[in-house]
Amino acid sequence: MTLADRTRTIFSRDWTTDLPGGDATLVVLVMLALYTWVGLFGIILGLDVSGLLNSLQTITFYAAVYAILALALNLQWGYAGLFNVGVVGFMAVGVYTMAILSRPVAPISGPPGFGLPLPIGLIGGVLAAAVIGLVAAIPALRVDDDYFAIITLGLAEIIRIVISSPAADEFRVGSIRTGTGGANGLSLPQNPIHSIYYTDPASPAAGTTPVGDAVFSIFEAVHVDPAVVVKITYAGVLVGFVVLYFVFLSRVGNSPYGRVLKAIREDELVANSLGKNTDRFKVETFIVGCALMGLGGILWQGSQGFTSPGNYLPQQTFYIFIALIIGGAGSNTGSIIGGALFAGLLFEGPRLISRLVDQFLTFRSSPNNFVDAVVPLLSLDIGPFIVYALDSIAYLRFILVGSILIYFIHNRPQGLLGHRKEIAASIDLLDRSAETEGADDE
Amino acid sequence: MSEHNGTTTADPSPKSNDNSQLSETSLLEVDSLQKSFGGIRAVDDVSFEIRSGSIVGLIGPNGAGKSTTFDLITGVASPDAGSVYFQGRNITGRQPYRNVNQGLVRTFQLSRELDEMTVIENLILAPQDQTGEYFWQPVLPGTRKRVRSEERDLRERVWETLEFFELDHLADEYARNLSGGQRKLLELARALLTDPDILLLDEPLVGVNPTLERKLLGRIHDLNDRGYTFLLIEHDVDVIMENCERVIVMNQGQILADGSPAEVSDDQRVLEAYLGETV
Amino acid sequence: MSVLRTSNRVRGFLSRRSTVLALLGAAILLLDLTRRVVSGDIAGSSLALFLWDGVVIGLVVGLAGIGLSMTYNILSFANFAHGDYLTAGAFSGWVAAFLVAGAGRFDVGDLFLLGGRGGAVDSQTVGVSVTATPVAVVVGMLVAAGVTAVLALVVDRAVYRPIRDRSGISLLIASIGVAFILRYVIAFVFETERLGVTSGAKVPSTVVPLLDVRITAHEATLVVIATGLMFGFHVFLQRTKLGAAMRAMSDNKQLARITGIPVERIVRLTWVIGGSFTGIAGFLVVLESGSISFNFGWLLLLLIFAAVILGGIGSIYGAILGGLTIGVISRLSLVWLPPSIMNATAFAVMILVLIVRPRGLFSGGTSV
Repeated sequence: MTLADRTRTIFSRDWTTDLPGGDATLVVLVMLALYTWVGLFGIILGLDVSGLLNSLQTITFYAAVYAILALALNLQWGYAGLFNVGVVGFMAVGVYTMAILSRPVAPISGPPGFGLPLPIGLIGGVLAAAVIGLVAAIPALRVDDDYFAIITLGLAEIIRIVISSPAADEFRVGSIRTGTGGANGLSLPQNPIHSIYYTDPASPAAGTTPVGDAVFSIFEAVHVDPAVVVKITYAGVLVGFVVLYFVFLSRVGNSPYGRVLKAIREDELVANSLGKNTDRFKVETFIVGCALMGLGGILWQGSQGFTSPGNYLPQQTFYIFIALIIGGAGSNTGSIIGGALFAGLLFEGPRLISRLVDQFLTFRSSPNNFVDAVVPLLSLDIGPFIVYALDSIAYLRFILVGSILIYFIHNRPQGLLGHRKEIAASIDLLDRSAETEGADDE
Repeated sequence: MSEHNGTTTADPSPKSNDNSQLSETSLLEVDSLQKSFGGIRAVDDVSFEIRSGSIVGLIGPNGAGKSTTFDLITGVASPDAGSVYFQGRNITGRQPYRNVNQGLVRTFQLSRELDEMTVIENLILAPQDQTGEYFWQPVLPGTRKRVRSEERDLRERVWETLEFFELDHLADEYARNLSGGQRKLLELARALLTDPDILLLDEPLVGVNPTLERKLLGRIHDLNDRGYTFLLIEHDVDVIMENCERVIVMNQGQILADGSPAEVSDDQRVLEAYLGETV
Repeated sequence: MSVLRTSNRVRGFLSRRSTVLALLGAAILLLDLTRRVVSGDIAGSSLALFLWDGVVIGLVVGLAGIGLSMTYNILSFANFAHGDYLTAGAFSGWVAAFLVAGAGRFDVGDLFLLGGRGGAVDSQTVGVSVTATPVAVVVGMLVAAGVTAVLALVVDRAVYRPIRDRSGISLLIASIGVAFILRYVIAFVFETERLGVTSGAKVPSTVVPLLDVRITAHEATLVVIATGLMFGFHVFLQRTKLGAAMRAMSDNKQLARITGIPVERIVRLTWVIGGSFTGIAGFLVVLESGSISFNFGWLLLLLIFAAVILGGIGSIYGAILGGLTIGVISRLSLVWLPPSIMNATAFAVMILVLIVRPRGLFSGGTSV
């Protein structure tokens, strides 16, 4: 596939590249704008400091997980043109493998696990996602983009269906009993952040560690709940992972390797006819991308203490696509900004608006159903319809998401940052004079 | 131009023929190639040899099967029957990249630029076996340093090529914004940067202005003197006759004539094939 | 790119080898099935039931697949909104059926909502069935066909046509947006819980002698209408000028354009026929299963894709055969595998076919 079906003028310079501090500043500016937007809602809603910080950490959390997954998808689709519609499948493999490996051998409820330490479970989850990626990459070499989309979607659905099947609820591997918990889901190992603050990670009531004492007391001075402090810490960890993903993928992208990937995306035959083993590049890229999705799944769903097959529905994959399309496929910075904007505006935005309206506007009648909401429109009474719409904001959010997707494909297929020239090289190719080491560092 | 004659535009280290018997025998050998598309024989029992260090022209009316022959040689399409040998090795049906690795590169009749990549990105893609093409090399701190220093060397080589082909003012332009002639140049430059032994050029001069055309042909002879071999499809018969030591004429998938320009232009069947097409 | 793919001998070899392997696997399963039936592991009647169920679901998937296959071929993109066309058609058809069946007896608003969110209307009181309220069923089916055809045209005009010259992936992404909008507009109106719409008790059924399989009137209706439409479409394609033009277009777009076939008209006709078949398929699925929900079409989409791919994109008979194959395979898998992963089995078969024979199982002859 090419991303080339675009007609547009080229901006050799635009404001996003002229910012002092470059893309980091751009990302920080976007996040500050989101914080302002969410903060304003919080203030209007009359939240206290704890509640305000909590809503800011929620935004940070979602912005980070969408950025992480959009970055992983950008490697596959943005760079190499591999249209993977099975992102959730690889997330699920990562999370469930991690869960099965790290769950206790004799849990209080649910199927037993292998009882291995969490880091091993985490590595196992990432590797499992990579292995399934390898399996899926084989057809990638043989079929066209749209077939590949259907294959990956089918694979993700197979994974979800199998996980939720009663047959997978509990089964044996050799002499060891284990399972996925079927449709009921599975409780997951406690988020390791807890062990920083609490002596017993499983129960905060048991007491706090010295670090916990110190940090909590600082925050308590400004009336911030310890539970919020724990969440803020984890959101901070996720931001760290966004940075890691970004650095890693930028190094891959801005290199001869990324150059070949771009060439494959533009015209695979040309890349091959220039001596590049396109199959190797595609398979490697796909596997690494899937491993990063597995890790992304663990960082997101795996941190929630509980997971179930319902977390891995296909629309979750489409959200990640939308985030990437908004930001601009092919751009790592765009992936982060797309993830942040999707999480802050499309995902959380409608909910915030609905909460706000709920709190400040009261309508005479609350219609019971669509008909009761629409009939008053005939007599120009729009109140019931508005109330109904606000009650159904979750559905309207999907309609908004779909409309924005179509809008972008029609009017701005390159996304917000996709128009930028991001040259795939580890040095500045235009500056011949930069001979000395470090002179042309990024 | 003289300024660049001394430098090594595409690093054309003279193709040393340490394998002296190889230069005597064929570098590329095509044996009874056949390919049909939907019942039509696009290439019908085509055989020829290209000796190392020669410039050979491949001409024929539209639809004669020239480009398909290129496809079959380079592995873009696989023949229904017949074989291709390059440097004595059977390369029939092998993927194109392996042929390029071994030193056989081609350009396309309708230039295939990587549109969303800049001119300089297109070019620096070409050099073979770059360290940074292995996944972990550009990632890990130690190895990335090596990747960068290698890229600096390549950058110098690429800029020299850009200047020679008079594309240096377009280095940062997206390839899709190039004119037809510029695309042809870019493609030729890109092929040269793979450091091949033989170049299969499919109508490399279409849309190139006469001054640059002369310069390019000069360059081809120059490279040929250094041991590069050329197989050239060209629409302009005069160009072929003037610049090639040997001409292969194809018509309706078959080889009509094969010999020196003088022999070929005297061949009655060749004249008929061209007159039949009516200019 | 496709040139490159076919170029590789190793892959050709792999492909031949995997074809042989796939055939071998199928043969082993068939042998095992025979063994199980002969040895009495599986009752003949349950096998017959699996097959009948497979045919029922297969026909409806095939009917819905016709439209998807035609548009996939002519417009070169995988329409991910196709499943939601099914849902939209079914809801419009069933609203119409309820309004007809319950006219005068119930509040129009309650009927419109199919008894969702309170109200006096429910599946039993309205009592829609082929035998009790045949007019309502026929009207519902016609409305489903009409609404879906119009919907397909409107979506094409608004969303797909402006970007038709772009890559298939751009159109595919746009269709995901359409799918979201359709599904959640339906959810906005009808809510997300599953609604019963037919009166199960009032649907007559009969037991086929010998096979010992119970067939309901609604299943029979589905089979008769689906095969009737398929046969009618076959006659249309073979006997009419417009049908010939459609076949030509499906075989070779460029050629059709050159030979003066009114391409845009054919594209519109394709949407209309494909859309109405899809709407009817949606209506019939609900008739047979007895309940409707906002995402049932989306859940069927992958099965429809599987049918279309199995049959070879652009091949209408292929879509029908593919539907039947997918239906029968998914039900027959119950012989070996638990029912909870029935759909997963169908998807696995689809992936296998894409890898082994990307042009479909039944490709090779004339298309359409």
